[in-house]
Amino acid sequence: MSHHIVAVKNLRHVYPDGTEALRDVSFRIHHGESVAIIGANGAGKSTLLLHLNGYLAPTSGEIQIGDFPLNKGTLPQIRRTVGMVFQDPDDQLFMPTVYDDVAFGPLNLGLSGGDLDRCVIEALERVGARHLVEKAPYHLSGGEKRRVAVATVLSMSPDILVLDEPTNGLDPYSRRQLIALLKEFRHTRIFTSHDLDMVLDLCERTIVLKDGEVRADGPTLEIFQDRELLEECRLEKPLSLQGCPVCGTRR
Amino acid sequence: MASIDAALLDFQRLDRLAAGTSALHRLDPRAKVLVVLVFLVSVISFGRYQVSALVPFFVFPAALIGLADLPAGYLARKVALLCPFALVVGVFNPLLDTDIQLYLGPVAISGGWLSFASILVRTLLTVSAALILLATTGFPAICRALEQLGMPKVFAVQLLFLYRYLFVLAEEGGRAARARELRSFGTKGQGVSSYSSLIATLLLKTWLRAERIHMAMLARGFTGAFQIRQNYRFGRAELLYLCGWSALFILLRLTNPAELLGSLVTGLFS
Repeated sequence: MSHHIVAVKNLRHVYPDGTEALRDVSFRIHHGESVAIIGANGAGKSTLLLHLNGYLAPTSGEIQIGDFPLNKGTLPQIRRTVGMVFQDPDDQLFMPTVYDDVAFGPLNLGLSGGDLDRCVIEALERVGARHLVEKAPYHLSGGEKRRVAVATVLSMSPDILVLDEPTNGLDPYSRRQLIALLKEFRHTRIFTSHDLDMVLDLCERTIVLKDGEVRADGPTLEIFQDRELLEECRLEKPLSLQGCPVCGTRR
Repeated sequence: MASIDAALLDFQRLDRLAAGTSALHRLDPRAKVLVVLVFLVSVISFGRYQVSALVPFFVFPAALIGLADLPAGYLARKVALLCPFALVVGVFNPLLDTDIQLYLGPVAISGGWLSFASILVRTLLTVSAALILLATTGFPAICRALEQLGMPKVFAVQLLFLYRYLFVLAEEGGRAARARELRSFGTKGQGVSSYSSLIATLLLKTWLRAERIHMAMLARGFTGAFQIRQNYRFGRAELLYLCGWSALFILLRLTNPAELLGSLVTGLFS
């Protein structure tokens, strides 16, 4: 695949209970872009992400990942292309040891023996978790769990990385580490987060969702300067763009 | 809820023991599982009044604890934890079965007391064997071994998930119980009814989590079958281990060395 694009056109999703989570969402993310999807609770971020690897099917609208439109036939290929890191690493790490967990995807792709070992170790080294290889997931700290969760996806060498609230619940040091790690990646990256400082660090482009619609889509800095827009969407400027509480009150 | 947390931590220690590197740890789990099975069958198949014939079987847990360098005191505490169950099972035997079976010098021992002692000894033997198996092999490896020995894959997967999420579920349950406790201000709160809704919530949470896990599995190309890596080989050491112990157990089952020794000693003196 030459272009790792993600194109969403007039996406609408209604849950079985009648809740209209997405009304009309359209955007196009290009190869190598790093994009944040932000919005208030219930704006439709998680629903949108679940569409990107075909876990939820659109009520109407189209999704295209790379060269393929998303449908039943292309699902296996698309799931390989889109690596999804879930919000709660306890959901992502379900195997008895870290090795088994990182090997789960590659095994399903048909790797075995030395190739498998190499692939697992490489993915763990990438996230600085080589030493955890034989540990059980429930013996890991929050930061370690998160890094291993990223490794479980990296081992499948995806072209597109999707991360749901990656810095949620991490201590400042682990958060920094994770951000530095994510910065190194050259994949097409899509994040959702309430950690707007992370968004500022990692994403050149931001899409703001409001009530299931795209309210704004543009360069991150521009969006974070628009106070009215942020307030309307129940957001606020990242702390690093706000004035210093000691030496000034610029807001 | 501190007790649940403590119990969990204690349980995780068993798990860490399984990461040891002794010769016993390195054996193919299948050999270890099979030996324990033969051991269990031998111990359980004794008659209800047998006590002396069971005693030599303690050589198995004792030898394994020595070989694998396991903390005996810790394992003994774990075994002791399960003993009350055996006591409950056997406690009425002395009252119900008062036929005299045996004279220890001038003391007459009834069948009830004998069967009670037999139940206790068997519990000690079987529980310690199971715990040692867990501490030298680890739960996931046991599941894999059982699967390779012919247990349906579905059960193996179920057991693995049960083990993996036991910790998560216990933590979630602990948190919910703590929240309830803190808001009932030292009284009984809403009583039993609040527990029923608490358990219902826990069930629903488990359900949702299962869905999310399934999602995570699908996202990584799961197609319904667990691919499992193999890194054990059933070699000569395993064969020796299996045959050696099995032969000993069968020998101990068919003869009664304690009685033989006894009659030998009394024969010498008479």
